[in-house]
Amino acid sequence: MSVGFAMLVHTSLDRAAEVARHWAVNKCPVVIHVDKKVDRRAYKSFTAQLGDLPNVKFCKRFSCEWGTWSLVAASQTASEVLLAEFPEVRHVYLASGSCLPLRPIDELKEYLAARPMTNFIESVTTEDVPWTVGGLDIERFIFRFPFSWKRHRRAFDGYVRFQRRMNFKRKVPEGLVPHLGSQWWCLTRQTLTAILEDPDRQKYDRYFSKVWIPDESYFQTLTRLYSTNIESRSLTLSKFDFQGKPHIFYDDHMQLLRRSDCFVARKIWPHAEKLYNGFLSDDGSIFTGAEPNPGKIDRVFSKAVERRTKGRPGLYMQSRFPNENWENGLTSSQYSIFEGFTELFEDFEEWLGRVTQTRVHGHLYGPERAEYSGRQKVFAGAMVDSADLRDYNPRAFLTNLIWNTRGERQCFMFGPADNQDISWDVAKDPNAQISVISGAWAVPLFYSNANFSDIRREAARLQRIETQHIEVLRSVWTKARVRVWTLADFIENPMEPLQTIIDEIGARQANRLTEAPRMVSLDGFGQFLQNLKNQGMQPYLMGDFPVDNSDRQSRHKPRKPYLVK
Amino acid sequence: MLRKRWRIRAFRKRREMKSVVNRTETIKPNDILVFCTARNERIRLPYFLRYYRNMGVNHFVFVENDSDDGTREYLAEQEDVSLWTSKAGYKRARFGVDWLNWLMRRYAHGHWCLTVDPDEFLVFPFCDTRGLRALTDWLDASSIKSFGAMLLDMYPKGPMSSQPYSAGQDPFEIASWFDAGNYMIEKNTKFGNLWIQGGPRARMFFPDNPARAPALNKIPLVKWQRSYTYVSSTHNLLPRGLNLVYDEWGGEKASGCLLHAKFLDTFAPKAAEELERRQHYAASHEYRAYAEKLDSDPDLWCKWSEKYINWRQLEILGLMSKGNWA
Repeated sequence: MSVGFAMLVHTSLDRAAEVARHWAVNKCPVVIHVDKKVDRRAYKSFTAQLGDLPNVKFCKRFSCEWGTWSLVAASQTASEVLLAEFPEVRHVYLASGSCLPLRPIDELKEYLAARPMTNFIESVTTEDVPWTVGGLDIERFIFRFPFSWKRHRRAFDGYVRFQRRMNFKRKVPEGLVPHLGSQWWCLTRQTLTAILEDPDRQKYDRYFSKVWIPDESYFQTLTRLYSTNIESRSLTLSKFDFQGKPHIFYDDHMQLLRRSDCFVARKIWPHAEKLYNGFLSDDGSIFTGAEPNPGKIDRVFSKAVERRTKGRPGLYMQSRFPNENWENGLTSSQYSIFEGFTELFEDFEEWLGRVTQTRVHGHLYGPERAEYSGRQKVFAGAMVDSADLRDYNPRAFLTNLIWNTRGERQCFMFGPADNQDISWDVAKDPNAQISVISGAWAVPLFYSNANFSDIRREAARLQRIETQHIEVLRSVWTKARVRVWTLADFIENPMEPLQTIIDEIGARQANRLTEAPRMVSLDGFGQFLQNLKNQGMQPYLMGDFPVDNSDRQSRHKPRKPYLVK
Repeated sequence: MLRKRWRIRAFRKRREMKSVVNRTETIKPNDILVFCTARNERIRLPYFLRYYRNMGVNHFVFVENDSDDGTREYLAEQEDVSLWTSKAGYKRARFGVDWLNWLMRRYAHGHWCLTVDPDEFLVFPFCDTRGLRALTDWLDASSIKSFGAMLLDMYPKGPMSSQPYSAGQDPFEIASWFDAGNYMIEKNTKFGNLWIQGGPRARMFFPDNPARAPALNKIPLVKWQRSYTYVSSTHNLLPRGLNLVYDEWGGEKASGCLLHAKFLDTFAPKAAEELERRQHYAASHEYRAYAEKLDSDPDLWCKWSEKYINWRQLEILGLMSKGNWA
């Protein structure tokens, strides 16, 4: 009643010897297969290192290459020797040279003794496997793979493509249902001998020797023929990254590995001194005797895979610079852009900050400088207010600002006098909330003291720019939440649109707005627009303003804030 | 064929160098090497060597350029240093790149090589618990040939001259601040690398002329092959595939940072001297901009500066990434 280890060793022989010795002195027989690529001198010293242990044997060597039959041949041979030489072995545990036992051997023995007929082998049908990398799942079984993936990648890929196009199919031997799973298993003597002594073994071997990565399918498939007592999981803790490469464990994973309660882990970095010293010591008191629970450390590794494949949305940095449309979010969080509001309301910035509790900036893309909230000269992330620096890369300015202030919503003003280079970026960004009062830029002109011919020229320029900007906002590619009102429409009932915008921002107080921003007086604005028209310019973005503003004549500037019940 | 040109250039420039101590025969097959040019850096070297020795570097190859402060003598006595010296112009050797390209071609083939300046200190994911060997083993296992590390300018709080640096001291005890989020990135279509600018130098010295701000992208760690060549400092190299240290499909590749200990009290005299020699990049524009401001002994620190804690902080801020290394 015991467990024996079949061990496949390729590199870092010293560490493999340490682990083999650990098992052997704890009365578990070990049969080691050493890759034939290991040169003779190293092999000799390796065997000499373990020469004093009667229950360590070495088997016939094959030259191993990842993804090929040689690995199955090696495990077969090692298992055969193990079963023949050590009749007391009940479970055969397949391990590699970079495996490390995490729990005392006695616990493993007890665990297996309590489950004498159970085969621990991950074995899943190809349809149900989510983790095959590169799209080869059922194709592993029905294509041929004469070319080496490592050395002749092009030929390998080309031949796979060719077979796909030709609709090529090999016949799977009768009675076999292809199953896949981790190549590190622990099988009972009964099942393993049934596989190895099957009269049809030659047939199966011939078939599997042409299958891609047969070490993940040979035993996994054949076990299904001979045993119904299968626990479809591996006792070896092994994590894979997005390319199907095993994650490596280092000294700083010590606590994580302890908490996993798994029996064996791979792959261990050969220089992980603390792990080898810690887990190969005989001190078993730290362990809880719990059921293996690799899920505890899954999180860490699945996060790593996600970081590598999806990354952090809205982050642009030295090792993440997505092509257009692959950003997975142009910016990292939601923000609001207000156009025409400061022109219409005297105290809009302060008011907005007060009711929404967000960070409100002025015209960040203003021609003079970036108007940060409170007109600071430097802002989060040490961004400065230089317009030159901002205009050198306007998009980076925006994405940096939003990234630097994660957790705090940003609002800023925008208008036709500002740098327009970000128009497309914000329009395509689902994180942007853009509210526009079109034509509001005319209000400061109305109040300005400039010559009317200059005003007229400026009005024409701003109108042209804003028209283009609104066209962008209304394009089919726009993903931002865009609202556009004409000035005339907006002032009819300013509270309703404001309420909508504020609600969407999700300010803390969900109740109705009780305080409105102070609107500038528009007395005579209609006449001003008429004057522009008389000068041959057609101001249309403001909507319909009656020349005679008689219904608004009674209002005075500055107006009192009014309450809405 | 650009690569051929740089390589021929390196070949021609090899005669400008004279070997002082050559211990390269002690380099073992898997050793990690550092390549470095130095000029009057005696004060920085003790900490530099200690830092990289602790990290797991096995051998240093230095080119010393016309020093007069004992740099040469100090380096020559170090057991793990091979030293060349040159009196020729730094600028004519394309800021030392030609010299290093030649030495790397001869001695670096098949090794992981870190090419840094004496004021650049590599920080990479898990560097507090794993050595450089763990990183290079992982890169090897992942079939990655080059590793990017952005230059992160570090500066003190208060005027640079107020806290003097002494030999052997950790420079980041003084220059412990950095800019967290004002970097701008563009793609260099010719070589395929990213071009990163920003940081304190852009905001202090080049706010009106950002295009002149120095490049911060660096690829210092490369599994070197004879046929490789650095093009412009360690900003980019050939063949172009090595410059692809960033992901273009939304993911993050693993990357590190080169903490740049340039802004210490040693900076002002150095800048003045360099301006005098006119041996720096782009007609020493950079140094001219420094000199103008340095007269007033500026403070690079601002209230949004971030104080350096460790690599995890840099990773959270998004300046570097663990990628899929866990």
